[in-house]
Amino acid sequence: MSMKKNKIVRLTVSYLIIAFVVLIVIYPLLWVIGSSFNPGQSLSGSKMFPENPTLDHYRYLFDMEESNYVKWYLNSLKISVMTMILTVITVSLTAYSFSRYRFVGRKNGLLTFLILQMIPNFAALIAIFVLATRTGLIDTHLGLILVYVGGQIPMNTWLMKGYLDTIPKELDESARMDGASHFRVFFQIIMPLAKPIVAVVALFSFIAPFGDFILARIILRTDEKFTMAVGLYEMVAKQFGNEFTKFAAGSVLIAIPIAILFLFFQKYFVSGLTAGGTKG
Amino acid sequence: MTEHTIKTNHGRNAALLSILPGIGQFYNKQYLKGIIFLILTASFFIAFTDTLSWGFWGLLTLGEIPNLDHSIFLLIDGIIALIVTALGLVIYAFNIYDALSNGRKRDEGRKLNSVKEQYHNLLDSGFPYLMISPGFFLLVFVVIFPILFVILLSFTNYDLYHSPPAKLVDWIGVQNFIDIFKLDLWRETFIGVFGWTIVWTFGATTLQVALGIFLAILVNQKDLKGKAIIRTVLILPWAVPSFISILIFSGMFNESFGVINRTLLDAIGIGAIPWMTEEGWTRLALIFIQSWLGFPFIFAMTTGVLQSIPDELYEAATVDGASMLQKFRKITLPLVLFATAPIIITQYTFNFNNFNVIFLFNGGGPALPGQNAGGSDILISWIYKLTMTSAQYGKAAAITMILSLIVISIALWQFKQTKSFKEEDMM
Repeated sequence: MSMKKNKIVRLTVSYLIIAFVVLIVIYPLLWVIGSSFNPGQSLSGSKMFPENPTLDHYRYLFDMEESNYVKWYLNSLKISVMTMILTVITVSLTAYSFSRYRFVGRKNGLLTFLILQMIPNFAALIAIFVLATRTGLIDTHLGLILVYVGGQIPMNTWLMKGYLDTIPKELDESARMDGASHFRVFFQIIMPLAKPIVAVVALFSFIAPFGDFILARIILRTDEKFTMAVGLYEMVAKQFGNEFTKFAAGSVLIAIPIAILFLFFQKYFVSGLTAGGTKG
Repeated sequence: MTEHTIKTNHGRNAALLSILPGIGQFYNKQYLKGIIFLILTASFFIAFTDTLSWGFWGLLTLGEIPNLDHSIFLLIDGIIALIVTALGLVIYAFNIYDALSNGRKRDEGRKLNSVKEQYHNLLDSGFPYLMISPGFFLLVFVVIFPILFVILLSFTNYDLYHSPPAKLVDWIGVQNFIDIFKLDLWRETFIGVFGWTIVWTFGATTLQVALGIFLAILVNQKDLKGKAIIRTVLILPWAVPSFISILIFSGMFNESFGVINRTLLDAIGIGAIPWMTEEGWTRLALIFIQSWLGFPFIFAMTTGVLQSIPDELYEAATVDGASMLQKFRKITLPLVLFATAPIIITQYTFNFNNFNVIFLFNGGGPALPGQNAGGSDILISWIYKLTMTSAQYGKAAAITMILSLIVISIALWQFKQTKSFKEEDMM
């Protein structure tokens, strides 16, 4: 009898706590979606459930003459895709070497990567700024992409090396015996087996530029070249609250695709991180 | 081989001759290799003599004539000269090593590799270097180079009053570090910011970790319905790009128009709270926001671990008469903490440098009297301000060095603890 009562109490309390947390989690999200349909411009008048909802702010964002939003969107997309491609290529090459070959400098190289992944590369933001100015890469997407890729290499190399270490070495050794070249072993034997971790690295390096604010802010100078993060920040920061509903609409348009992508691939994120975490 | 006694000194001779690269290889009768080394050396000097002498001159003097010599550009050229020199030294060392090892082979009466074998050897042993080189060069320029630059910059007086091209920058030794600890304004700001950075790192991270683990265990109860949908909702804060969530919160916490002061607190009869203008409230709000942002990650990890714990463990404990609390303390918690420990530690280092949440929420504010950092500034956002708004480059570099030393020591300590570090083959 008391067991049953106990269970009911426990479940009720659990549901209550979960309901409370769920409320806190979705309130800000619902609020911003509501704000994006508000007729007014400013923060002060925005309500979660506007009386006469409007799509004006969305129309404004897609009006290329009035707003650079579409450009920011494309910029972010371009930067993320390029970062992803370059990161996957360089990281696969380095991780494969570190995992399969024993060469002079390997141990120190790995240790350096380990330390580098702990210091975010924006810690040296003065240097990045000055160097970009000196090389003329300031205010270019190329400069930003190179900085992102460089920053992604240490951590992802460790992640992928950890995975490659679990693929038996006998496979490539026997292929080498049969006369396959180094490149052939890499492309035709290792890479197909490493697909899951390649996917994880690709996802990480695609998402990271979307979330970055500080590097984009330092390197990009003109409005048309901004990424999503910098553009939306400028939108709210310029005159706080006065363009809040437009910002809300812009946020919704970027958050929804990213969130869907994320939820879809979530289990890979978790597996990739735990694999890298325990092995790294 | 075993009977053979060494009478010749080819190894030593070749290594000595290699002081001029290539000659040692000639001595070993490896003419092609010798020629390649000679050509490499000659072209290195022809190509880089100007770069090197200019670079080192610039590095030593940082320029002599204002408006003509740009100290910071000279510093950059100097670092490039340093990197080129380092690469040259590596090749030079390899040349001596090669002459020495081939000479030794001759001493022991072994045959040297033919040109064809050398070519294959080069392909085999050079392959990993070839593979690493693209990533390596990128790292040198966007990671190693900036680090060297910051290290050197922290020993200069580069600031608003010493800004090229109109003024020159000078080496001032460790003056920046002395200033930070001696001058009242800097010392007090540093201590204030550093203290809050520590409180922030431990407070926010511990809260988000505890919340994540607690909720994962709560949702994982067997007889709880709707697990899938609850998990999806709880992961949302991780799925939405964090800069957006932070900007949304920044709007919600706005003192005069924000929904928290106007609607939520009003409803329960509490007056407006100065979230943005009073240090304590900003900090409280920040810790709340970071918990909101960070708990889903831990939640997802813990859920994964919980699902992998076999039911038999709990059944056996129930048979032995263990209570719920005992099962939690003796089975669940140790297993979860063991599996997620490395991730939890990276969460601490992440928050230590969590620029986004601090800067986007309130710009590190509110401003404080008698300090040149805001009330919620952590080290990294303070560095950003010193660089981007008050142009205190030298000081900012010095603080960056202090910050990096802290992070590196923690990182090394952490990896000393992990098993893989000790396994020879893994490293």
